[in-house]
Amino acid sequence: MRTFHFRGPKQHGLKPILRVSLQTAFLMKTYEQINDRIASGKAVVLTADEIMDYVDKKGVAAAAREVDVVTTATFGPMCSSGCFLNFGHSQPRIRMSEAWIEDVLVYAGIAAVDVYLGATQLRHADPANMYYPGEFRYGGGHVIEDLVAGKTLQLFALSYGTDEYPRREIRTYFTIHDLNQAIMVNPRNCYQNYNVAINDSERTIYTYLGMLEPRRKNATYCSAGQLSPLLNDPYYETIGVGTRVWLAGAHGHVYAEGTQHAGACERTPNGVPKEGAGTLALTGDMKQMRPEFVRGVSLRGYGVSLALGVGVPIPILNEEILQRTCVRDRDILAPVTDYSHDYPEKTGRVIRHVSYEELRRGEIEIEGKKVAVGSMSSYHKALEIAHLLADEIRRGEFLVSRPIAPLPRDAKMKPLVIREK
Amino acid sequence: MSQMITQKLMLFFPKCECEKPIIYHLVKDHNLIVNVFRAKVTPEEEGYLVLDVTGTEEDIQGAMDFLRTFNVTINHTGKGVSWDEHRCTHCGQCVPHCPTGALHFADPATRQVAFDDGECIECLACIRVCPFNACASTF
Repeated sequence: MRTFHFRGPKQHGLKPILRVSLQTAFLMKTYEQINDRIASGKAVVLTADEIMDYVDKKGVAAAAREVDVVTTATFGPMCSSGCFLNFGHSQPRIRMSEAWIEDVLVYAGIAAVDVYLGATQLRHADPANMYYPGEFRYGGGHVIEDLVAGKTLQLFALSYGTDEYPRREIRTYFTIHDLNQAIMVNPRNCYQNYNVAINDSERTIYTYLGMLEPRRKNATYCSAGQLSPLLNDPYYETIGVGTRVWLAGAHGHVYAEGTQHAGACERTPNGVPKEGAGTLALTGDMKQMRPEFVRGVSLRGYGVSLALGVGVPIPILNEEILQRTCVRDRDILAPVTDYSHDYPEKTGRVIRHVSYEELRRGEIEIEGKKVAVGSMSSYHKALEIAHLLADEIRRGEFLVSRPIAPLPRDAKMKPLVIREK
Repeated sequence: MSQMITQKLMLFFPKCECEKPIIYHLVKDHNLIVNVFRAKVTPEEEGYLVLDVTGTEEDIQGAMDFLRTFNVTINHTGKGVSWDEHRCTHCGQCVPHCPTGALHFADPATRQVAFDDGECIECLACIRVCPFNACASTF
């Protein structure tokens, strides 16, 4: 059992006189000042799970002066994930035109020995939902888990052959250590908020949020709630393009807004989105990752995916930023949506909103009926990550970074229109 | 009268023992109350049986001695359903599907999932819903 260390604000390095002068400024702390304190091992770091009680006790003004960083985290399936791999060149050379790792197809429409392995790719000859509901025991997400775990995997590739790349076929075995690069590049991670799924129909359905029994017998959700990165920075004031993140143990970063990022959405009075809203595109070196935070997912009747652990530090630049990290599960609302008809048909109907506090009690009430609740996201692992990241920052091993560009706040999600040419 | 106790057992019957009415003798000759959770005979005619037996300590001891006269493997610890705590990510997807609370949150603050195998009735619901393949059946 790992013990979590709480290091109080006693090791504060600022001299009292400096504290007073900064207090009056709008920008209380700069990224540079926070990084100086991290580098000297004096930073005060709390998790997004601890900060609320701390601020309640100390008051927001005093806490904003004392606390340098609040760590946020999430662990759950993130389907839009994958990695670029470079194999190096065989003798004679091959320009791979089709390739499989452990019989899972990878995208080879790039340079000679580069491929992209996607999390939701099924294994060759998987019967999928032919015998419904399919089991989806192994696929892209599991290959990524095995790679990070250092397992030996099979590569099989074909080519049409060229003058400088004459080889037409290759079959060999490799581990992640044999690769020149294994870089995770995930177009969409860390959804700001997410639907709660239930089933209004008369038959069991199988979804990416899990199995849903008929007549609203159970519901599932997928968010770390009060610990989740973008719920602690709802207006993207510190998390932007270039933000350094903890990606499954590696020091990665946000390389773009995530796909389907839609910051313009319905929000509660304190700014918390009441629907999916923002997303992050993340990248990191898979050779630095820890296997317990990179896990293949089999979703019966749906497919395969990859569950990832992500931690994001929020530098406490001013009181407003601190105040927003104090969001609690009871203040975050998620839309309960029927996945038997309304979601597939895209009707937009929301049955009601429920708070994460209600969801975590294991039972919600929907139109007078009690519904059992399960989760796809692991709060336990998210908490572990928030503490691991906090410890790294306290040790001076993880610095915060100023974004090089903000995430858009006004983007809306466009539909795919079916039309004539 | 001695106190009644309940024990959960998994029995493995090799091919040659499958046709004997062993459960009948546990009830008739050893006064045990038997609650069978799950039984399976494989195509190789080997048998698996997971059950609760309730009786006095002496009766249960007598029944065990009787079982040992056959070529039956008695497993008191490893049951028909196992939960791999290292594969478990503690998401809690299984919790509402577990009818007895064998899979449950051990601590509401850290939301760590735990498995109490004494409570497990081997319905196998967890095996169908676990996204991480953390639950498995021995047979």
